[in-house]
Amino acid sequence: MDNFLQQLINGLTLGSIYGLIAIGYTMVYGIIGMINFAHGDVFMLSAFIALLVFLFLTQILGVTSLPVAFIIVLICGMALTSIWNWAIERIAYRPLRGSFRLAPLISAIGMSTFLSNFVQIVQGPRNKPMPPMFTDIIHVGGAGHDIVLQYRQIVIMVVTVALLGGFWWLVQKTALGRAQRATEQDSKMAALIGVDVDRTISITFVIGAALAAVAGALYMMYYGVVSFSDGFLPGVKAFTAAVLGGIGSLPGAVLGGLTIGLIEVFWAAYFSSDYKDVAAFSILAITLIFMPSGILGRPEIEKV
Amino acid sequence: MTAASQSSAPAGAVQRIASATGEPMNGAERLKQAAAAAVLAAMLCVPIILLHAEADGVGALHPIVRPLPVAIFAFLAFFGRLATLNFAAEGKRERVAKPAATGWRATVSRLLPPIGLAVLFLYPFVLVTILGAGKSLKWVDSYGIQILIYVMLGWGLNIVVGLAGLLDLGYVAFYAVGAYSYALLATTFGLSFWICLPLAGILAAMWGIMLGFPVLRLRGDYLAIVTLAFGEIIRTILVNWVAFTGGGAGIESIPKITFFGLRFASAPDGFDQFFHIPFSPIHGKMFLYYVILCLALLTNLVSMRLRRLPIGRAWEALREDEIACRSLGVNTTNTKLTAFALGAFFGGLAGSFFAVRQGFISPESFTFSESATILAIVVLGGMGSQIGVALAAVFLIGGFELLRELDFLRAVMSDGAGVVIICLAVFIFGVTPRRRVAAQIVLAMAVIVLALRFFQLLPTAIVAPFGIPDFDPAQYRGLLFGLAMVVMMIVRPRGFVSTRSPSIFLKERKTVSGDLVKEGHG
Repeated sequence: MDNFLQQLINGLTLGSIYGLIAIGYTMVYGIIGMINFAHGDVFMLSAFIALLVFLFLTQILGVTSLPVAFIIVLICGMALTSIWNWAIERIAYRPLRGSFRLAPLISAIGMSTFLSNFVQIVQGPRNKPMPPMFTDIIHVGGAGHDIVLQYRQIVIMVVTVALLGGFWWLVQKTALGRAQRATEQDSKMAALIGVDVDRTISITFVIGAALAAVAGALYMMYYGVVSFSDGFLPGVKAFTAAVLGGIGSLPGAVLGGLTIGLIEVFWAAYFSSDYKDVAAFSILAITLIFMPSGILGRPEIEKV
Repeated sequence: MTAASQSSAPAGAVQRIASATGEPMNGAERLKQAAAAAVLAAMLCVPIILLHAEADGVGALHPIVRPLPVAIFAFLAFFGRLATLNFAAEGKRERVAKPAATGWRATVSRLLPPIGLAVLFLYPFVLVTILGAGKSLKWVDSYGIQILIYVMLGWGLNIVVGLAGLLDLGYVAFYAVGAYSYALLATTFGLSFWICLPLAGILAAMWGIMLGFPVLRLRGDYLAIVTLAFGEIIRTILVNWVAFTGGGAGIESIPKITFFGLRFASAPDGFDQFFHIPFSPIHGKMFLYYVILCLALLTNLVSMRLRRLPIGRAWEALREDEIACRSLGVNTTNTKLTAFALGAFFGGLAGSFFAVRQGFISPESFTFSESATILAIVVLGGMGSQIGVALAAVFLIGGFELLRELDFLRAVMSDGAGVVIICLAVFIFGVTPRRRVAAQIVLAMAVIVLALRFFQLLPTAIVAPFGIPDFDPAQYRGLLFGLAMVVMMIVRPRGFVSTRSPSIFLKERKTVSGDLVKEGHG
């Protein structure tokens, strides 16, 4: 039982990170019907940006307070990663609007290759280790139980919940969110009633990147190590989460992220950690085959 | 200086540019855009290039500040953007004046296959005659065999992606199945390559059917992701099932290829002694070259002939409109499965050839980037075009191999002369709206800089900071490869060969633009 609760905590932590990345996939897919293959590498890039900003703050500016440094890292990471994703959309995807259907996907695969190689060249191929942060732990469940809640797990969950609240408010309550949802439903109609579709799509990429940046910073903090190849697997798993939750559905992405995180952690704990990726990928295949619209997605209607 | 040369362009030209593009993009406007690009480039570079996390002896990271590369990138972005804006304006004008020249295209496309074939068959002999056996080893091996493997893989994937319109991101899985089939059959049961080759193909095709059956009713993007997942699942199993596959260490000492039972070795039962010719490793390589050439041509032949059969026409019809196909009674599942299985079959053949050529395989060779490379070859070649795919394989794989060779490039980039030339080129192209003059100036400048460098007249203090220490061109292949995919999609989304010829025609063969060919819905 203790082990189960412990793994539940670990799974929710990992799932929060996947959920944050998955939102970027699901929003982009919802609005332009494209699998943003490079999103995982944007996440990896953001983890590097977080690492570098953190080093800059602590070693060059001499900031000593860890929480202050971490908040600045989050904000800077969100801003800088957003600029990257904005530029990527502008350069690699926008010229392809109206091109054949696979063109953006192939361009995104190219962008993904470019980003991981770019980071490898400018930051070196080695793993970048970080000293652990927020290492304090709390024993949960009182005496006789051996369940550990780390401070950094609390940080991850609190940041994720706060961010998702803000994000929900943005999408549901603001003019920007309305434009975004309108474009998602019918971009031509939205353009006719005065929504700037190009701008809305750009903002979608910016929001997706900002959430991925937070995920990147949290990932860097949680695992304490990042390398240029760390974008692919979390990216594919987050996409799996988006599909599992129903692609296009925002609560679905979070739900899918948590599910994938839990499945992976429990699989590793109870079966074998070697095959945890196989478990995640098999879930993806099984979901798509038997439940193509996911848990919360709308079924797709085929029109002739 | 920039502003001056911008305003020195004739007023009439500016007028014409404005009327042709339909937007008044004057000099000031272009400068503003270029400045924006420079600012953007600087902002992109600030976190990831400006700071470098350098690990010290005990593994702790320390930031190193590198302002120069950021400045260079901002500079390149400014003049690069200016150049593209200028060229866009100029290109619009030229397009009106230039009449379309199409006559030579027909001649080229008619003559290319037979000439190409002759060149391919003579290639190793010509090399050996010119370079001698020792020196031509590398050219036959890493240029000939290596490229032909990818040509074959490209043609195999082309059946799935180009003809049937199914996007497969896990093609490398079948390549891996083929390679491991041969390696395991040969090392455990001692079967010869020629028995294992068809077996490997059949096993891969069976995997294709097994994987394809449940997933083929998915639409394009979903299908792509599931195939990617299958590719990763197979790779993970290869890594983790150590008892069966050898795990990450792979399988070593796979038996080499034999010529009707004769080994390519300096032994009494070897090929060379049997024919009483002096032993040379080139004979084995040449034999491998012809094997892969025949396998690739077989792939081509089969897919070209199948295109004309009902099954091939069903593939292409499916690619164009799945709903229409279904309403006409085409069994879409079987049609897709045959394409998938046939593609997998050729992938398996290529895989078992790869295993026999390498003599060693490990999961490292079957990563997603391999799938992406093969897909890039198919897409860059022009999906569905056989010649285009072959050309793309030659350019991409040959280009990659060339990047390993360029010692000259390495020297030039390491001491900074290369970066200076690139900066000069972009600068001149940026400020001069006329293409031809700019090209001549750039060429002259490049020659001057290189000559100065050659005679050691270039002040090191100026050039050295620009240099990329330990510049390794091969390191940049992934970067260039990714960029090539993006640029190709923007510039020529239909690939090198952007026309498609029909397999069935009435009276006269008419090629159509690739834009008219659909990519399928999965």
